[in-house]
Amino acid sequence: MIEVVNLSKRYGDTLAVDALEFTVRPGIVTGFLGPNGAGKSTTMRMIMGLDRPTTGHALVNGKPLAEHRAPMHEVGALLEAKGVHPGRTARDHLLGLAATTGISTKRVDEVLELVGITEVARKRAGAFSLGMGQRLGIAAALLGDPAVVMLDEPVNGLDPEGVRWIRYLLQDLASEGRTVFVSSHLMNEMAVTAEHLIIVGRGKLIADTSLADFTAASARNSVLVRTDRQATLRSLLVGDGVSVTEDGDGSLEVTGVTPREIGERAAAAGIALHELTPIRASLEDAFMELTGDSVQYHGSPVHNHPAAHQHEEQAA
Amino acid sequence: MSTTTLGTESPAPRSIRIQDPHLAVTFPRVVRSEWIKLRSVRSTVITLLASAVVVVGFGAVAAAVQTGSITPAGGGRGGQGFGSDPTGISLAGVNLAQLIVAIVGVLLVTSEYSTGSIRGTLSAVPRRWPMVLAKVVVLGAVTFVVQLVAVFIAFFAGQSILGSKGVTLGDNGVLAAVIGAAVFLTGTALLGVALGFLLRSTASGIAVAVGAFFLLPGILSLFSTSIQDDIRPYLPSSAGTSLTSVTHTAEYLNYWPALALLAGYVVVLTGGALLRMMRSDAT
Repeated sequence: MIEVVNLSKRYGDTLAVDALEFTVRPGIVTGFLGPNGAGKSTTMRMIMGLDRPTTGHALVNGKPLAEHRAPMHEVGALLEAKGVHPGRTARDHLLGLAATTGISTKRVDEVLELVGITEVARKRAGAFSLGMGQRLGIAAALLGDPAVVMLDEPVNGLDPEGVRWIRYLLQDLASEGRTVFVSSHLMNEMAVTAEHLIIVGRGKLIADTSLADFTAASARNSVLVRTDRQATLRSLLVGDGVSVTEDGDGSLEVTGVTPREIGERAAAAGIALHELTPIRASLEDAFMELTGDSVQYHGSPVHNHPAAHQHEEQAA
Repeated sequence: MSTTTLGTESPAPRSIRIQDPHLAVTFPRVVRSEWIKLRSVRSTVITLLASAVVVVGFGAVAAAVQTGSITPAGGGRGGQGFGSDPTGISLAGVNLAQLIVAIVGVLLVTSEYSTGSIRGTLSAVPRRWPMVLAKVVVLGAVTFVVQLVAVFIAFFAGQSILGSKGVTLGDNGVLAAVIGAAVFLTGTALLGVALGFLLRSTASGIAVAVGAFFLLPGILSLFSTSIQDDIRPYLPSSAGTSLTSVTHTAEYLNYWPALALLAGYVVVLTGGALLRMMRSDAT
């Protein structure tokens, strides 16, 4: 269990984290979502006691981390970057960490096996690929058999096999009753992993919701229709649960009726349709919509054409 | 969408995890951790051994130069550069070794910052101070043991080269000077550790260490004699001169005051390191 209470962090003039308040519960995977620069990593560092909060506090299993007898037994974290001395072997890196808390050598070999890097355990970490480094970081996080597992962007730089592995690992850890808190800037990744979402933007809490609720709220299935006789078609369609909005470029976005029905009615009235496209809003779109105002570093301006699914990751 | 909070409680998680009462962070365990970390980086081990080789090698060379069996390039009868104290001659390598051990101390800390491993270290020991003191204990003990062996080898090798002009450990002040050399090198390594924690950067840590041990005496020589006499005894490198000398002059502190001075430097800088560590963000 992680409790974050009125947590803020100021760096000079920048308020990186702004009065965040949320609880991460055990037994499920909780996704920590937000665009880059939203304050996710800073929040995680404050939970780990690495950065000092400007206001508020973060509790892990009821106490600040430093007050626990065996912090590694309470929380294991993978924070950004490798964090391993390149001249040390993977096994020695873990042995050094394990020694602080009295964790056995047997456990070190166990986690090496668990993350699948036993064969390279006696190689120096400097020679590791990004994926192996990430696995070593996860091994370090799991070393203390922690009640809370917190991973910052764990799938970054992993190959598809590695991404799948992390996904199953997180779900396994949660099903064992652990608290699993994973940050990402990609909604689609969280949609297949997380059961609960905490969404932040510019350091502020935007949403604290179950994935199911978020999906339901953002399910916005509509049909794009193009015709020269907009007014006539509109009057044919509106009513009982059907809404029609006019888009800037002269097309209509119709919700609450199937494309087939629209086509039938138009044909019956002799209206020529130039386009009839079903649109399914992705979770990524919903996420973008939600955090759109809070993206700190915009790429090219996002043109909000409803059919344009291509700019899914543009603000990332 | 505005902030929505989910009210539903998840089913009570089935916990298969048992709290292990044997797991706890203790100071001896943190010391053990730092020992594992120190010995598992090859460059640290090699550099420490190199500093010992320098102590032994330079002592032997200085003794050989003194006896005339080695003639320095450029001719001359040699020997003058090392003074006439046989103990001091055999400990000539301490001067260079102090820089090497100071750099080992700096790197022991700053490599944690440059590689980011400090985050893992402090996640394991979030109270932080045990880690700082454990580094001091481990590097202090290792440096002292290694250098004690080195200075004794250097002494015996040097005296056997000097032959009849040499001294023995039983002579007045000799044993203290030999042990003092190892103590001084240990203190120097610990000053490096403290600088590492204070500056968190390899480049600036090494720059300050070089400045304090090598440049300050040179800079001081630019000032008037009276200012030099006021300040010189209190430089960190002067503590080394006092601790490795058999006879003491008014130019430098006596043995025990010099030891207190060195200890004072270590305590004050380590205190500063602890303060910085406790107060500021980890990275």
